[in-house]
Amino acid sequence: MRFLLDDEQQAFAHSLDAMLTAADTPSVIRSWSAGAPTTGRALWRRIADAGVFALAVPEAYEGVGPLPVELAVAFVELGRHAVPGPLVETVAAAVLLNEPEAAKRLLPALASGEVIATVAPEGSYALDGDVATVLLAVDGEELRLAPGHGPVRTSLDPARRLTLLDRGGELLARNPPLPRALTWARLATAAQALGVGLALLDTTVAYVKQRVQFGVPIGSFQALKHQLADAKIALEFARPLVFGAALSMDPADVAAAKVTASEAAYATARTALQLHGAIGYTAEYDLSLWLTKARALRTAWGSPGECRALVLSGGLSGGGRRS
Amino acid sequence: MDLDHSPADEAFRAEARAWLAAHVPPTPLPSLETEEGFAAHRAWEAELAADRWSVVSWPAEYGGRGVGLLKWLVFEEEYYAAGAPGRVSQNGISLLAPTLFDHGTEEQRARILPPMASGEVIWAQAWSEPEAGSDLASLRSRAVRTDGGWLLSGQKTWSSRAAFADRAFGLFRSEPDTPKPHQGLTYAMFDLRAPGVTVRPIGRLDGKPAFAELFLDEVFVPDEDVIGEPGQGWRVAMSTAGNERGLTLRSPGRFLAAADRLVDLWREHGDPADTALRDRVADAVIGARAYQLFTYAHASRFLQGEPLGPESSLNKVFWSEYDIALHETALDLLGAEGELADTDWSEGYVFSLAGPVYAGTNEIQRDIIAERLLGLPKGRR
Repeated sequence: MRFLLDDEQQAFAHSLDAMLTAADTPSVIRSWSAGAPTTGRALWRRIADAGVFALAVPEAYEGVGPLPVELAVAFVELGRHAVPGPLVETVAAAVLLNEPEAAKRLLPALASGEVIATVAPEGSYALDGDVATVLLAVDGEELRLAPGHGPVRTSLDPARRLTLLDRGGELLARNPPLPRALTWARLATAAQALGVGLALLDTTVAYVKQRVQFGVPIGSFQALKHQLADAKIALEFARPLVFGAALSMDPADVAAAKVTASEAAYATARTALQLHGAIGYTAEYDLSLWLTKARALRTAWGSPGECRALVLSGGLSGGGRRS
Repeated sequence: MDLDHSPADEAFRAEARAWLAAHVPPTPLPSLETEEGFAAHRAWEAELAADRWSVVSWPAEYGGRGVGLLKWLVFEEEYYAAGAPGRVSQNGISLLAPTLFDHGTEEQRARILPPMASGEVIWAQAWSEPEAGSDLASLRSRAVRTDGGWLLSGQKTWSSRAAFADRAFGLFRSEPDTPKPHQGLTYAMFDLRAPGVTVRPIGRLDGKPAFAELFLDEVFVPDEDVIGEPGQGWRVAMSTAGNERGLTLRSPGRFLAAADRLVDLWREHGDPADTALRDRVADAVIGARAYQLFTYAHASRFLQGEPLGPESSLNKVFWSEYDIALHETALDLLGAEGELADTDWSEGYVFSLAGPVYAGTNEIQRDIIAERLLGLPKGRR
């Protein structure tokens, strides 16, 4: 029993954080949102070079995975920097492509960042279908390479460009492991949401320390302190659920982590908006990039209600329990 | 990173589980906040102690098994999963004992801990006063030097368990004119039946005498019943205050077991169409797991040598609010039956309502989180 990240995992998180800090993600996000993904594509390659996508790809296909704990570590950092793109979808694609032929053809390029994949179950929006080069449609019991996509619809998070995939296309596999892909996508989303929430808390704490009203920093007022304390509590209790779920990869554990982390991030976003005052309500202030993502991640890859239902139907892991 | 218990911990779990299966009373004991229930819970403490299960983390010489934090957590999981009674000795075990381990003398530990472990002496806390609640350091009860000891005078209140307990511990002002209020305090233990002590039980929300007011009129306390140096009481008391808020007051096992019982209740009484209630049941399950995992992470850091710091304030707010939400959900699930007072769920509900108030109010905890964990500037309370 040692429920802590080891030195190597912590070093991985720090190196990703440093790389993403230097990458000036706000300007990358704004270009991506405007349909100009050149800098985003370049950042994608650097994330791949750091080994992030390889964590979801088996060694047989030039990956290093599957390593869900390390993947969760990486996605916390991706969320912390609000990195745009079909990151979670690429993880889901790596899981869905388990037929040897399709895997051999696509997984190495997916791990290396050469291709950007997106995925949509039938009838759902595929994230960033206009940028992705591999469009995977899970249609009934078939996994197909979609031939194209419909018009881009804007998300509340402008960095999320939603598209419906065209029907038909090449059949890649029958009976792809959709439940397993959902579990991986949910874990990645949970970790990403946690990172979004942690960044929102840090930014807001820094803001209330320097914003002066009535002659004192507003962070000295108890009404503000208690809202931030609640955000801290919510995030710190979501964190172990995310890593506990990564260890077990049990669908109910992952659903619990997903609903808890995304609700904690969203609650933190509401507090961040309130405590920043009017400036926080503007699109031009970078806080908006995180605020809007927190909203979108609440329902991405499983709404709160779906996740809670799964928790009750599946039952969570846990020490001395008998049920 | 792993969540695997060692074979030794699992063997310990099996041993605890077997003992509990053979000993836990088949029907719940009466409420420990009644005279009859207090006596029954005291007898249960003796039964636990007879086989050295009452204080597993203490050294063997005081009645424990000398097990570490992880085995203690395992024991607690098993204890509550088995439906074993609440611990009437909790105040002594989780508040006074850690202070004695850190600041007491050999003589004090040898004299005080074994009867605490066996339930022979049950301890009440005597922190608050009518004018000193969250601002505890403003307390006014006095300790005046006398031959061979001290004379305690003043008034304490909200003293949990004091209606039926044997002894109490608290802070007393031994130096009246110090520059700061937390200076000049002395940590003393006293007999609740000593001459000069008047105990006036106070009915909690449901009328049960869960706490009491204590009136002290020149109550003699010998020197050997002072912990640490006279005048250093604040430091002595605060060094273990984190225990009350965090790890050792509310183990995850308690909430895992309660969440399990809630799920059973949901399966039995829940309307599948009532997804609002279903979501609250799911939240109880998730919260128990979150608390367990948070605690394992906390314990892992402690075991690699990091101190238990202000993080314990995160625990305290979480479990106290979680406990209320869980019991509210159970009572709502029970529908019209939910208002009956004589059920375990109702007893647990009334008990849970005090959680955000005692052991440092949740407002104080949020101040600690904001100032010590987030680094926000101090301001007026």
